[in-house]
Amino acid sequence: MTCFGLLLISASPIQSALHAAGPQAARIERLWWLMFWVAVAVFVLVIAVLSGALGRSRQKSTNTPPPLLDTSAADRMATRVIGAAVAITVAILFVLLVDSVVAGKNETQSLVSKNPVSIQVVGYQWWWEITYPNTDASQTLVTANEIHIPVGVPVVINTAARDVIHSFWVPNLNGKRDLIPGYSTAFWIQADKPGVYRGQCAEFCGIQHAKMAFYLVAESNEDFQKWVQQQLQSAPEPDTDQKRRGREVFLSSQCVMCHTIRGTIAGSRLGPDLTHIASRTSLGAGTLPNNIGNLAAWIADPQGIKPGCRMPPNELPAGDQQALLAYLESLQ
Amino acid sequence: MSTETKFSVTVCVFLLLTTLTACEREDRRFREPAPSSGATSGLTVSGLHPADPTKGANQPPPEWVQNPYANNAYAVSEGQKLYNAYNCSGCHFHGGGGIGPPLMDNTWTYGSEPQNIYGDIVEGRPNGMPSFRGKIPDQQVWEIVSFVRSMSGQLSKDVAPGRSDEMQGGNPPSSTPREQTHGPEGVHPK
Repeated sequence: MTCFGLLLISASPIQSALHAAGPQAARIERLWWLMFWVAVAVFVLVIAVLSGALGRSRQKSTNTPPPLLDTSAADRMATRVIGAAVAITVAILFVLLVDSVVAGKNETQSLVSKNPVSIQVVGYQWWWEITYPNTDASQTLVTANEIHIPVGVPVVINTAARDVIHSFWVPNLNGKRDLIPGYSTAFWIQADKPGVYRGQCAEFCGIQHAKMAFYLVAESNEDFQKWVQQQLQSAPEPDTDQKRRGREVFLSSQCVMCHTIRGTIAGSRLGPDLTHIASRTSLGAGTLPNNIGNLAAWIADPQGIKPGCRMPPNELPAGDQQALLAYLESLQ
Repeated sequence: MSTETKFSVTVCVFLLLTTLTACEREDRRFREPAPSSGATSGLTVSGLHPADPTKGANQPPPEWVQNPYANNAYAVSEGQKLYNAYNCSGCHFHGGGGIGPPLMDNTWTYGSEPQNIYGDIVEGRPNGMPSFRGKIPDQQVWEIVSFVRSMSGQLSKDVAPGRSDEMQGGNPPSSTPREQTHGPEGVHPK
């Protein structure tokens, strides 16, 4: 058990419930350590009793079996020991139960803010649509698989799912929350330390559940506002012939059936919004680091990288492929 | 070998063979190229323009082109998903027809064989059906073809979708009897 605990502590800190970066995760972490140390104490106690029992010398064997209990004094002793063990077990479980209920209650109640950043997270097989809603439609930001939040500010996450049940989990910030089709919930997260945290779908949702991740970037408020303004813009006009050809390839091939690039006629919402694809950390919902080589591989053969995902293979002539890559790489 | 042993062996072999037949139904083929080359005449009949229907549209499809997904339940359910995703339901609704012709009856203007339906999607047809050539990958077209055929009971019951997410007037495709869609008057006008 101790080894297991050490393994968890040494895990990568961008996705670890034991490296809390916000108040809710801190509560969960405290509860985790309480349970851990109680379990260690119980373990040590059990091993000590077991060693004592093993160390006792064996009774000399006789033909008549020994009586089950020697004396009434021993009988009373056994009753006391068993009674005490039951009482201690119940007390320990009660303390842990009360503490987890309190932690759960605090987690949902303590962060209420009048003007929080509000984010809509929609789970799809197997990616995340991220929307920053605004009453002004032109200020509503849509992206995918990457969330940015300002540090030190409560953020409300509204959840939804379009196909099956998914679960939103950023271990460094909070516990899990299921995304259920046709049922919307809201909960809070807050990051006190800037950094990049990894989130993961935590409810089995089909063949590519394991490759359904996202990155959450906690940054200063100025950086966050800068990011929002940049993401709100339409895709930049291509400035070279190759990029123009790439846009033509995108708009005349099967890409346009599923993806949106704001500022062009591509407006389908079946797959992730690609308006600022080049600004993101990862491709394929946290599957690959975002660079031009991985993008080429992803476009050519997504079924080799993420078998069963909704994106079909795209066999493009080499020139067209290069042009398409140049265009997509320019979508900062 | 005793009679009982022989009997058990026969039963075991039979059960093993049963599992083999189930493989095709459940198989998920993600990277397979569909054998569509030559399935159409290469002619795009229409993005919304009436064209000469004697060219392409009414030519008999090459007999050797087979629908690779006729016995694959996974592909049919993918086809069902794509049917809605690509907005086929925008015109054909959920099989009952509206702007476009119904797909759950036994009337087929351009033929009910998989190759015919493949051609309808890829080439387009006069008076409204746009061409999806180059827009929908072949594998997905065949998945949609399989689902469209399931709506009129042309697939075997174990492959057809058991239910739909939409309101349905009749029975689900898996319980639509073939006789109902293939009446004595023949399959469809050619």
